[in-house]
This record gives sequence, C-alpha cells and structure tokens, in this order.
Amino acid sequence: MVLSLLLAIPAAAGLWLVTGGRALPLAAARTLSAAAVGLTLVLSLAAAVSREGIDRPWLPDLGVRFSFGVDGIAVPLVLLTAAIGALVVAHAWVEVPEGGTPATFLGCLLLVEAGALATFTARDAVLFFVAFELVLVPMWVLISRYGDRHDDHARADAGHRFVLYTALGSTLMLVGILALVTFAGTSDLRELAAGAGASLSPDRQLLVAALLVTGLAVKVPVFPVHTWLPPAHTIAPTAGSVLLAAVLLKMGTYGLVRLPVATVPDGFARLSPVLAVLGVVGIVWGALVCLVERDLKRLIAYSSVAHMGFVVLALAAGTETGLQAALFANIAHGVVSALLFVLVGGLKQRWGTVDLSVARPALRETSPRLGFVLVLGLAASLGLPGLAGFWGELLAVYAAWAPADNRPRALFVGCAVVAAVGAALASAYALRVARRVWVGDVPDPEAGTTRDTRGVEAVVLTTLALGVVVLGVLPGPLLAVTADAVARIGGAR
Amino acid sequence: MTSLLAEDSALSAADASGASSVAWLLIALPLVGAAVLLLGGRRTDRFGPLLATGLSWGSFVVGLAVFLQLLGLPTEERAQDLTLWNWVPAGAFQLDVGLLVDPLSTSFVLLITFVGSLIHVYSIGYMENDPDKRRFFAYLNLFVASMLLLVLADSYLLLFVGWEGVGLASYLLIGFWNWNPAYATAANKAFFVNRVGDLGLAIGIMVIFVTFGSVDFATVSEGAANASQGTLTAIGLLLLVGACGKSAQFPLQSWLGDAMAGPTPVSALIHAATMVTAGVYLVVRSNPIYDGAPDARLAVALVGAITLLFGAIVGCAKDDIKKVLAASTMSQIGYMMLAAGLGPVGYAFAIFHLLTHGFFKAGMFLGAGSVMHGMNDQVNLRRYGGLSTFMKITWVTFGLGWLAILGVPPFSGFWSKDSVIEAAFVGEGWQPWVLGGVALLGAGITAFYMSRLFFMTFHGEKRWEEDPEPHPHDPDRTMTVPMIVLAVGSAGAGLLLGPTGAITSWLAPVVGEHGEEHPVLPVWLIVALTLGLVAVGAAYAWVRYGRDLVPEVAPKATAITRAARVDLYQDAVNEGLFMRPGIHLTRGLVFADARGVDGAVGGLAALVGGLSSRLRRLQTGYARSYALTMLTGVVTVLGALWVIQ
Repeated sequence: MVLSLLLAIPAAAGLWLVTGGRALPLAAARTLSAAAVGLTLVLSLAAAVSREGIDRPWLPDLGVRFSFGVDGIAVPLVLLTAAIGALVVAHAWVEVPEGGTPATFLGCLLLVEAGALATFTARDAVLFFVAFELVLVPMWVLISRYGDRHDDHARADAGHRFVLYTALGSTLMLVGILALVTFAGTSDLRELAAGAGASLSPDRQLLVAALLVTGLAVKVPVFPVHTWLPPAHTIAPTAGSVLLAAVLLKMGTYGLVRLPVATVPDGFARLSPVLAVLGVVGIVWGALVCLVERDLKRLIAYSSVAHMGFVVLALAAGTETGLQAALFANIAHGVVSALLFVLVGGLKQRWGTVDLSVARPALRETSPRLGFVLVLGLAASLGLPGLAGFWGELLAVYAAWAPADNRPRALFVGCAVVAAVGAALASAYALRVARRVWVGDVPDPEAGTTRDTRGVEAVVLTTLALGVVVLGVLPGPLLAVTADAVARIGGAR
Repeated sequence: MTSLLAEDSALSAADASGASSVAWLLIALPLVGAAVLLLGGRRTDRFGPLLATGLSWGSFVVGLAVFLQLLGLPTEERAQDLTLWNWVPAGAFQLDVGLLVDPLSTSFVLLITFVGSLIHVYSIGYMENDPDKRRFFAYLNLFVASMLLLVLADSYLLLFVGWEGVGLASYLLIGFWNWNPAYATAANKAFFVNRVGDLGLAIGIMVIFVTFGSVDFATVSEGAANASQGTLTAIGLLLLVGACGKSAQFPLQSWLGDAMAGPTPVSALIHAATMVTAGVYLVVRSNPIYDGAPDARLAVALVGAITLLFGAIVGCAKDDIKKVLAASTMSQIGYMMLAAGLGPVGYAFAIFHLLTHGFFKAGMFLGAGSVMHGMNDQVNLRRYGGLSTFMKITWVTFGLGWLAILGVPPFSGFWSKDSVIEAAFVGEGWQPWVLGGVALLGAGITAFYMSRLFFMTFHGEKRWEEDPEPHPHDPDRTMTVPMIVLAVGSAGAGLLLGPTGAITSWLAPVVGEHGEEHPVLPVWLIVALTLGLVAVGAAYAWVRYGRDLVPEVAPKATAITRAARVDLYQDAVNEGLFMRPGIHLTRGLVFADARGVDGAVGGLAALVGGLSSRLRRLQTGYARSYALTMLTGVVTVLGALWVIQ
C-alpha cells in the first residue's frame, strides 16, 4: 500500500497539473505540488522502513509482471529522489521560469519524480525500461520550454540533443533488455540476478552486456557520449538542472548496477576494462575542460562528467567495495551537484549570467551566506575528507587498485593512479571557481551588491549543505544500508 | 643501522583511561569555536576572538592533562587508543575513528596548542582593526582542530582527513586579504601544490591498505616486519611525496614563499611552527615502514639535504623579511627531514629540532609582524635599519630567536641542530660525508642570512624616511607577551630537553631506543666546525650589512644571487614543464568536445533542430502537445492495466 501510494501520488498530481489543472494559478499549483511531494517524502521513508513490495501479473503472455519493491540498493536512491523532489518544488517559491503555465512546470517536476521513483523500485526489466523512458518526456519539456530564455536557438539545440542522445541510448538498452529477457526466459530482475542471467553462454552475456552498457552509458553519462549534458544543464531552469544531476544521472548508474552488473556478470567483466578506461578518461577530460570553461553552469556539468567517471570506474572494478563505492559516490554527487546547481541557478537569477570572465565583487563580502555554501559545495566537489564527495571517490580509487580477480590488475591500477590525478585536477578547477566568484575581483563592496540568500532558498541550501556534511562525517549508515544488497549481487557472481 | 632498532619500538596501545578518554575534547573545543564563529555571523563579532582564544587555551589544558597522565605511567604503557565510532563499513574496507595518545602525538599536541594559543592572543592585538577578524579567528580555530586531528589520528586515513583540513585552513588564511589579487593566487597555488603531494599520500594509503589489510598505525607497525622491501620502499616514497607537498620540500617547495601573503600570525603558526612540519611527523610516525626500506629512507634524507641548501641559498638573496623567514623555514624543515631520513639515529632529533624550531621561528615571525606593525606594513629589509633603539622588546625577543636558529650555545637551536648534524655524520660509505657536509655547510649559510636579516632590520643606519613617516614602536601587551614567552622558549627549551636526554627517552617508545652510534668524525670536531662556520657566516653578515651601508635598492649582483632572488627559477620550471603543455592539452580537449566527439550525433541534433523549428513555425505548440499526448497515453495505459488487475 505504501509503495503504491508512493508511486501514485506524484504521478497523479503531476498528471493532473499538466492536463486538467494546467491553468491553475501559481499559488494553488504550488500548494498542491508541495502537498504531493511532502506526502511522497513521508511515504518514501515509510517504504524504506517497511520494504514492502507490489507484485501483480501484467502481461501474462510475456511473463512480465507489475512488480515494484525496495532493497538496499534502491532505498538511498528512493529517499534521495523524494528529498530532491521536495526541494525542487520548494524552490518554486524562489523562482518559476517562464515558458508556460506554472502548473505545467510543477507538474513536469512531479512527473520526473514519479518516473524516477518507479525506475528505482521496478523489479521487472520491461517495467524498468518503461519507467526509465517516462522520465524523458517531462524532462524534455522542462529543458526545451522552461529553459533559459536568452537564446532560443541554444534552447532548442539543447532540447533536441537531450532527446536524441537519450533516445539513442534507450533504443540500445531496449534491444539489450529484450535480448536478455528472450535468452533467459524471465524478465524478473531478482531471478535474473539470482542466476537466470548468469547461466547465459559467455557470448550471449557479452552481447547483452554490450547493448545495456552502451545504452545506459549515455544516461550516466560516460565519455564520449557525455556531450548532451553540458548544454542541457546550461539551458535547463534551476529545478531542471537539479533533477537532471541528482536524479536522472543516477538512473543511469542504477541501471548499470541492476542490469549488466547483476544479471550478466561475466559479460560485464569482459567489458569492464573498456568501461574503466572510459571512466578514467571522463575524469581527466571533465576536469581539464573545467579548467577553461567560462560558463559556471557548464563547468559544473563538466565536473559531473568527471564525478560520474569515478562511479563508472568503481563499478567496473567488480568488487563489493567497488559497488558500494559507486552507490555512495552516486548519492554524494546527487547531493553535492544539487547544492551547486541551486546555488549557481540563484547566482544566474541575480546576475543574469554566470560567465566567470566577468569581474564581480567578492561573494564572501557581499553575501557571506551564499559564499559559505559555495565554498562548502566546492570543497565537497574536490573531495575534501569530511564532506560527502570524499568517500565515494576514495573508495572508487581503492576499488580500482584492488579489482576483482577476473579483471586485468595492471590496467586497473593504472586507472586508479590516473583517477587520483583527476582528483588533484578537481581541486584546481574548484579553486579557480573560488578565486573568480568567492574571492572576487573588485575589492570595493560598494561596486555592486549580490542579495544574500534568505527564506526558502536559504532553507533549500541549508538542507543540502547539511546533507553534504552528514554524508561526509557519518558515511557509515549509507554504506551499511547498501552492504547486504551489494553482497547479494556479489554472491551471485 | 637496523641493529639500532628498538627491541620493542611498537607499543601496543591500551584502551584510553583518565584524561586520555576525553582526548576528543582537544579537537572538539576549537572545532566548536570555528562552527560558532562561522555560522553565528556578525552576532559573534564582539566576543568571537575572545571565545576562539579561550577554546584554544582550553585545548591546551586538556593536552597538558593528557601529557601529565602519560608522564605518570610506566614507559611501556604510554600509548592509549580511544575509539570513537565505526566509520566506514564498505566490504573489505573497515575503519574506525580513533585517536592515538602516545609520546609522539602528545609532543605535537603540546606544541600546537601552546604556540597556537599564544598566537591567538597575539592576533587579538595584530588583527584589532580588521573588520573581518571574526572570520580570521574562526579559520585559526579550524586550523588548530584539523592539526590536532592530524597528529592524534590512529590511522592513515583519519590523518589524511586532518591533513586536508589543515590544507583548507591554510588556503583560507593565505587568501584572507583579497585587496591584492596576488594573495588569492598564492592561496590557490598553495592548495594545489599540496594536492599534488596528497596524490602521493592518497595512493600510499591505498597501497598500505592493500598490503596490510588495514590503515591503522598498529596494524601497519606489526605487518611491516613481514612485508617485502619493495612494497615498503614504494609506500615510503609515496608518503614522501605527500610529506614534500605539505612541508614544502624539494620539488614541491614552490608554494611556501608565496604563502607569506597571509597575515603574519598565520605565517608564524601554520607556515613555520606547525602545519609545514606535518610532513616530518608523517615520516617519523611511519618509522616501521622506513625502517624496512633503506632506499626510501635515503630518499627522505636526500630530499631534506637538497631542500636545506635550496632554502638557505634563497634566504640569502631575498629582501622581503617574511620571505627570508619562509626560506629559512624551508631550510630548517630540510634539517628535520634529513634527520628523519637517517632512521633510528635521527627520528628523535628530527622531532627535537621541530619543537625548538616551532618556538624560535614562531617567535621571529611574531617579531617580524611587530616590525611590520610599526613600519606601515613595510616588508622590505632595505627600508628598515636601526630599529633596535625604537623597539626594545621586539629587538631582544627577536635576538633570542636569532641566536637560537644560529645554533649559538646554550640557546635551543644549538642542542637540536647540533644533534642533527652529528647524526648526519653517522653511517658508512659516501652518505655521512655528503649528508653531514651539507648539514654543516647549511649551518654556516643559515648564520649568514639570518644575521643579514637581523642586522638589516635592527642595526645600521635607518633607511625609512619615506612618506608618511613611520613611528616604529613596540606593540601593546597582547602582542609582546606571546613574543616574550616564545623567546624564553627559544632560549631555554633546548637546554631543558637535549642534554638531559629528556626528548630521546620520552620518544623512545614510539621511534625506538637510541643506541650508541659513532659519527665518522669525532664529535668535538663536528661541534667545533659547526660553531666556526656559524661564526664566519655571522661575521661576514656583520661586515656587509651591519657595519657597511646597505643600499636601499638591491644591487645588480651576481648570477647566483639573481637566481636566488627568483627562488632558483622554481616557478619558471613548473610553468615550462606543466602549465604550458597543460594549457595546450586543455584547449585541444575543448575543441574535440565541440567538434570531434559531438560531430556525428551533434550534427544530427542540429539537423533535427533546424527541421523541427521550421515545423514549429507551421504548427505552434506542436512539441508540447505531442509530448503530453504521449505521456498521457502511456500513463493511462499503465494505470488502466493496474486497476484492471
């Protein structure tokens, strides 16, 4: 019951807002969405505790079941999605972008949340695919209709690029899922993970793994199919950027864990050296581009490419520690990037542009609270111990240093060293941003002021900042939640 | 050499009891201060500095209690472990948060909290008129907390947390003033060069974990005896990279001079007395690893010897008082590294010199701050002169520090530096001659450049008639009292700890018993040579900078002086080797992203984009209606199926 409501409430509210209630005035739409996300948040906690499931026949001829449930891998992501959903709706009190009615905007946010929750709880491969795809549509509306109004051409381009890349990935993933389901004779993810997938012949495993990995790599995104992300982030409204970074990218890594890693472990193992190298290239590539990128939103998008590279590297290593590292880094990146995008979105709203080459007064003087949060976010992003970003990336490098027995050790050690270099580069670009924005250029505070954060925006930022600190100081609980489920996947191998 | 290893150098730590069981307060007190001051905002402006200072003294009191408790225990029980919570349960990776209270960490705790608290007091006067002094004190407290975490950690990983924490505090404090863009650049440089070093440390920790299955000091200490020499050498070299970054040792030394952009109390505390010595702590703490890896140890000694000379040469040519002191710090830490690289004969002396240096260098930095305070923030030695008559307290306290760093008996530097030089002469083959010779030569050069600084500042003709004319004077008591206390320490600490054997026997449980060793030269000859060279260096400085007139504009000078003035081309080398190729690489990547990778799919996107925008002109709203229709369709079908079932 809890799980049904968890999926139904944001979906129903979102659906009504984009259809029947699209003309609803802002205040009413906001109240309705807030009620929906609030309930969803409570229900997500209840679902995390009760761990109940839904299981009904759906397409009996194909053996596809309408099956949802939460386990240790899904729980952190469900909670993250519900929390981020609540925060982006709260952010509507700060800013509602133009481009359509406010109700449609809020409805799309809710639909993304609903789709993501369904993706993270689906226990059937076909169902997973449907839910995964459902998220695409409202996200596309958010980017191409509610995106940055300054440049129509860039907005259209970002929207098309987003759809094309993800549709391409989805097609490959669909073929992979169909092949897997046909070969294994079941679409139940639990059965597939328990051995139905692993019993496939090595070549079939490799084929399925290749299709799934390629398809999901677009969503993660893995180098070299990451180029849709920077324009999408730059154009999307703040709430859209936050959802994109904290929820959508997570669906890609979650998919990698659930599908290729869990179901066709041998096929994935054969692909893993390639994936590890691509992950590491992404780490260094993203970091180097960040050293010269002028648009702060694009810069954070590229840093996401680097951070997701660590997740991919950890997954490729194939050990339990690697999986835990990937899941931790996934959540940590969700919180840190959400923080940075809310912050940078706020700066863009205040300044009109977030071009780093423009000289501005020191943020730490004009608006100390924003400045503090910026430094916290940057420190977490560069992997300072004691903050969220550190553990996932440290464990990822460790996992690569000591990969599973069926991985080429020397290659992975090399990847670990390069990834560590990437972590040093991360400090260089984080310092660059701190230098341009936080320290500033015009020492005279009279030269211009930046309104400091207060009210709802301050609450949203404080919540995320607390998340960054708590995950960093006490990584134990989150790692413990994933430990059992990860051990099950590890045991199936 | 290995015969000098103590029979029981690995203490087995007991569970904490008594004062040690509240050792977490050491870190918590300043951390609370930092949090209150940073989050409290302007409301805490009025009492913030006093609160921060009080909490720092609170840490000192706890540290003293812990020290006294350890002192009361039998030698072999002087190590207590305090486990706080289970930290990282990730598959094979299990880690607790725990603090290790033993003679080595306690020595550091006392140095950090005592010198740190004195510098808090000094800063109350020094930063009196700064509008952002609350933020300054918050960062100072953050630094003290992180530094204590670094030295109290019972595992390499927790040490790394403190290690990064002090890096952050250092960054925040170097860039504390932003009216000069160069300061912000200096802060970035310091942090980044440190991160390069951290790379080595982080990978070293990985190797430690893979080798020993754990990262806590106790396990590593037990396991090191059975590990292969190759692995230990690799770990030793990786840790050395980390130590080089943090302690500004060759080749990662370039950040320290620029770091003098920070307010002077910061230079005294972080960039002289405590943080920059963390690398020495790391090497000494890792003694079980270095004992099994003679090659890595030799690398440590060579890095120390090179840096010792490098810093000393640079120090001779700089005209900025703080940069001379920075170069001197680099050189003195070179002595400590050299000693640490000598193995069991040197570990205790490395820490001994670290402690005495903490006193006399911090004292001299505070003296430099006092001089700058009285001279309108002028830092150019060529614009000082004759200050001894105007600033009596500063002159005397600085003078005691000067005598200490020169190694004039019986001041503290004599005992600690002389021990290092004697230890450097121990060994076989070429090593004692090269290492000992460098250490000896360094002592002479140190005497020259420190005397040059002292005479140019306090003696000779006054050279400061510019406008507005400064009125040099001793500062008020919040600043002079810390200077006096540190000067007393500079004078007496060595005598108290060295000849009595207190420091070697205190540290023996951690670093091993100090056996009988015989330098290749007789001890009396080494002492005589050292004192002779010091006398020559100081006398030459007197002739050139005390007796003769000092030109107010630096003369053109020889090639080597010109090289030393630009830090022996360290920045030019880094730029040529890393920066320029890096910039080209980055530009290439950006181009590849825009044209190459994105070519196929991006071109397609542009094509569809063009088509659909043409379509949209015909049919407005097409896109969204389509999307919504599709969405509605799918959700309706799903919902219907669900309801039917």
